[in-house]
Amino acid sequence: MSGSRRLLIVGGTALAVWGMSYGLWYAVFAEHQGLDSIGASLAGSFVAAAERNSTGREASLEQYREAKYIYDRQVDVHGHWIGLAMLLIVLGIGFDRVDFSERLKLLLAVGLVLGAVVFPLGVLLQTVSHGPLPRAIAIAGSAFVMAALLGSAAGVVAGDSSHGGG
Amino acid sequence: MSGRRLLLLGGIGLILSGMLFGDIFAVFTLHQNAARVGANLAAAALAAVAGNRDAVLVNFQNVGAFLENRGTKVDTHVHMIDFGYLALMLAILQPWVAFTERSKKRLAWVFLSGAWLLPVGVYLIHYVGLAHSPMKTIGWASIAADFGGLLVLIVTFVCLVGMWKHFHGKVASPADKLLADRSMEGRMLFAGGIALVLLGFFHGAYYAATDLYRHEAQDYSLLAQMSAGAMAGTRVLIDTALADYGQLQGAKAVKIAAHAHSIEFGLLAIMLAFFQPYVMLRASWKRRWAAVLLLGSLLLPVCVLLELRYGLLAGGLADLAGLLIIFALLAMWIGILRYTGELDASTQATAGSGAPQ
Repeated sequence: MSGSRRLLIVGGTALAVWGMSYGLWYAVFAEHQGLDSIGASLAGSFVAAAERNSTGREASLEQYREAKYIYDRQVDVHGHWIGLAMLLIVLGIGFDRVDFSERLKLLLAVGLVLGAVVFPLGVLLQTVSHGPLPRAIAIAGSAFVMAALLGSAAGVVAGDSSHGGG
Repeated sequence: MSGRRLLLLGGIGLILSGMLFGDIFAVFTLHQNAARVGANLAAAALAAVAGNRDAVLVNFQNVGAFLENRGTKVDTHVHMIDFGYLALMLAILQPWVAFTERSKKRLAWVFLSGAWLLPVGVYLIHYVGLAHSPMKTIGWASIAADFGGLLVLIVTFVCLVGMWKHFHGKVASPADKLLADRSMEGRMLFAGGIALVLLGFFHGAYYAATDLYRHEAQDYSLLAQMSAGAMAGTRVLIDTALADYGQLQGAKAVKIAAHAHSIEFGLLAIMLAFFQPYVMLRASWKRRWAAVLLLGSLLLPVCVLLELRYGLLAGGLADLAGLLIIFALLAMWIGILRYTGELDASTQATAGSGAPQ
C-alpha cells in the first residue's frame, strides 16, 4: 500500500476514533448540561419578563447566548471530525485513482489530514476564546481540506482522461 | 452470501429505509411539530405579557417535549443512514479483515442487528417512555437502542482488530477486483462524488463566512425583542419577532441541510463507485442509474436551498430529487441481489473463476 493511501486510511481511522471519543465525552459531560442551560436560561428570561425584572431578563438572555454559542460549536466539532474521518478513509481506499506522482499524492494526503484535524479544532477553540485566532485556525483548516480535495479531484479527472472514457 | 455482500445489501437497505423514513417524517411530523413549537413559544410570550410566570414555564416545558419528539425522529433517520454508510465502508474493507469468511458473515449479521435495533429503539423512546422500566431515568426503548449501539461498536472494533492482524501478519494484500475496477459508471460515481463533496464544502465555507454569525446575532436579538415586547406588553413587537424567528429557523435549517446533504450524497456516490462490479445490470443501465443518482444528489441540495425563495415548488422538486436517489439506489440494490443470487446458485463453478465475492 502506498504511503499516501496508508496516511489517509490510518489518519482517517485515528481521527474517527478521536471524534467518537470526543462524542462520548460530550454526550456524558456536556450535551445534557448544555441543553439544560439553554432551556433554563431562555425560560428564565421570559419568567423575568413576566415578573417585569429587566436585569434578570437581560442576564438570562446573555446566559442563553453563551450556552447556545458553545453548544452549537461542540455539536459541529463532533460531526465534522467524524464526517471528515470518513471522507479520509473512503478517499484513501480509492486514492490510486488519483493520477499524480506519489510525492504529490502524499502532499495532498498531508493537506487533507492536517485540514481535517485543524478545522474542527479551530471551531472547538472558539468555545474557549472569542478572539480572531481560533477563527483563523478554522479557516486555515478548511482551506487545507478544500485545496487538497480540489487537487485530488484534478488527479481523478487526469486519470479518467488517460483512461480515455472507457 | 459473503459477509461483504451481506454488509453491502444491508447497508444500502438501511440507507433506503432511512431516506424513506426521513421523507415520511418531513411530510407528517416535521412541519406540524415546528408549528406547535412556535405556538407554545408565542403562548409563553403572551403569558409573560399577562405576568403569569407559571404559564410561561408550562409552555416552555411543552416546547421541550415537542423538541424531544422531533429529536428522536431525526435521530432515527440519521442513525439509519449513518449505519448504512458504516456498513458500506466495512464492506469495502472486508478483504483486509483477517478472519475466516464464516466469522465475517457472523459479524455482518451482528452489525446489521445492532444497526436496526438502535434506530427502532430511539424511535420508540417517545412512545414507550419509562413504562415497566427497572430504572428511574432510562426506559426499555433507550436500553434497546443502547444495546444496538453497543453491538455496532463491538463489531466495528472487532473489524479493526482483524485489520490490525492483517497488517501485522506476513500475509500479502489480497487482490481486490472491486477496487481495481475502472468502469465508466464507477468513474462517473467517484468523480461526481468528489465534486458533490467539494460543492458541499464550498457552500459550508460560504455559509460560515456570510450567514453563521449573522444568524446567531439575529437569534439572540429576536428572542430579546420577544421578551422585551412581553415585558412592555407590546403584542405587535412580539408577533413581528415571532414571525421573523420562524423565518430565521427556516433559513438556518435549509442552508445547513443543503451543506450536509451535498457532502453525504457525495460520500455515498464515492462508496457506490467501488461496488459497481457487483451490480448485475447491463452496462448502459448501470451508467443510467449512476447518472440518475448523481442528478438527484445535485438537485436535492440545490432545490432545498431554493425553498427559501420559491417555497413549495422548490420543495416539491427536492422531494422528486430524493425519489430519484431512492430509485437509483433501489436499482443498484436489485442488481447486487441478482449478482448474489447467481453467484450463490453456482458457487462451485465460480469458486475458481476469481469473480468478486
